[in-house]
Amino acid sequence: MGKVFQGRAVLPGSCRGEALVSHAGLNILASFQRSVVLRRRKAVCADQNNPDLYEHVMTGKILCLPVTIGSTSGGLVLETAVQMGIAPLAMLFSEHIDSLAASGVILADVWIGKRIVVVDNLGAEFLNTVCTGQNVAVDENGKVEII
Amino acid sequence: MLLRQIRKKEKHMDNYKMQLTAEEQTILAGRYGKTLQKVMRSVVLYGEAFHAERLVPIAGAPHLVLSVGANILQPYFDMMDELIACGLSSSRPFTVDPRPFDLETVNPGFIAGRAMRLICSQQETYEKKMREIGLKDSNAFSCACYLPEVGNIPARGAVLAWSESSAVVYANSVLGARTNRNSSGIDLLCNILDKTPFFGLLTDDGRRASWLIEVKTSRKPNAQLLGSAIGMKVVEAVPFIAGLDAFLGKRLDSPTCAYLKDMGAACASNGAVGLYHVENLTPEAREAGRSLLIPGYGRYVIDDAELDRVMASYPVLWKNRDDEPQLAFIGCPHLSRGQIQSWQEALENALREAGQERLNLPVYLCSAPDVIAAIQKDNAAVTRLENIGAKLTPVCPMMHLSNPLCRRQVVVTNSNKLRTYSTARFFLDDDLLKIVVSGKVS
Repeated sequence: MGKVFQGRAVLPGSCRGEALVSHAGLNILASFQRSVVLRRRKAVCADQNNPDLYEHVMTGKILCLPVTIGSTSGGLVLETAVQMGIAPLAMLFSEHIDSLAASGVILADVWIGKRIVVVDNLGAEFLNTVCTGQNVAVDENGKVEII
Repeated sequence: MLLRQIRKKEKHMDNYKMQLTAEEQTILAGRYGKTLQKVMRSVVLYGEAFHAERLVPIAGAPHLVLSVGANILQPYFDMMDELIACGLSSSRPFTVDPRPFDLETVNPGFIAGRAMRLICSQQETYEKKMREIGLKDSNAFSCACYLPEVGNIPARGAVLAWSESSAVVYANSVLGARTNRNSSGIDLLCNILDKTPFFGLLTDDGRRASWLIEVKTSRKPNAQLLGSAIGMKVVEAVPFIAGLDAFLGKRLDSPTCAYLKDMGAACASNGAVGLYHVENLTPEAREAGRSLLIPGYGRYVIDDAELDRVMASYPVLWKNRDDEPQLAFIGCPHLSRGQIQSWQEALENALREAGQERLNLPVYLCSAPDVIAAIQKDNAAVTRLENIGAKLTPVCPMMHLSNPLCRRQVVVTNSNKLRTYSTARFFLDDDLLKIVVSGKVS
């Protein structure tokens, strides 16, 4: 059994996938805008200030991050990415979820009926442990296992 | 199966921890229709994510971030259609961010202009929807809605549900109003309910500072560079900034408010700051002083070397670093009237010193339609600007440069927010002046 972390399931769900780790705050607008505007089939991070994610494919990944940052259109950009099917499979926050990410994933869930799994409060050790490329499993109760 | 799903949903509703009034519960139960139920459910779930105990009444006009009628934002437009069909609208008239293009003034060329119209092909339809939902008027398009000419100026202590990161941080910090950093969508839904979840920056505890920023520079720091340094360091925390009053004074006069507007926009875009306090200057810091700092706060000293380090850390995203710039955007966030006058004087003085009559680079000064209208009453001022090669525009430069064809343009700016969201290259004001006069970066 791999290392296990317990968080809070903000939008519960179970999934398994490949981790993509950002140690800095994820600027949603800067990261997703280009892929959304160009209607790309996969979202490629365009945030020049984020060396962990810059030019990485984010679609279908288990995105591990502290919080999201940046301008307040970020939530809608995330909701749009969910609707387009180019969002991450799950978002795992080491800290408490922030207002931009919460808005985006909740509106996608309520108004479009599309959910991405969201867990927060996983703690700093989670982000220090998980590495890009590792397999991660998430369960309904917010338990995260690095496999 | 369907019954089981409904029961599951009802059970989920019963699990809400927030204390809701009888009317709120009735809405949540769907007795006023499915759309209002979804509005309430979204706002309650949003509050639950932050352990909000209740919803509180909103006490000021909204400001919304989304001004762009881009096709890709269909989820938002579908939601608006549903709201309009049910006769729902904002409780008060709202202002909104700048329009995404001004092809008459900032013409990117035929093909890029066509591309912009295609990308934003729902612009007219979207503006019609906004009017139906509660847009204040056809001039209500500015990120700096709190400028006197625009007039969306909330009272001290007023609870709001604003979006637009630069407006949120200004409303909280300089005006002393109370709003969280809401995102587009949830901002509108809160203002339809006229209620917002009570958490974060609405609470006294949420407004206390966890960082002491000590400004120890040899001269007044550039607002956009200082804001960037603070935002990158504290991310979403509340900073208490000491030492800045030595340069800005102790009065919130027009130049100081403009400085704080630009610093805040950089804090909010280079990090996620929704509120800052400036010792002896901003309303809450004047009243409560360093008692706003929580025990165990962090310290960050900003001196000349630190600002140099931050400036040097910005990547250059031009295709060729040595390219000659094609245009300059000044005014992200939108310029105040005083800032436009200062730039006009600075540009004229720089030209005089260089022995030139015109700038070697088109300069676009971005501001609110109401500010531009006020300036345009003085024909001489507009003519002077045009004569040297500078133009006023109400455009959002960030949105303009989000056009994939405009992204190729080699743009210089003094905005750290614009740098963050485009390929524009950031320069300090004095350097930018030299560039627009000479047309060269070196």
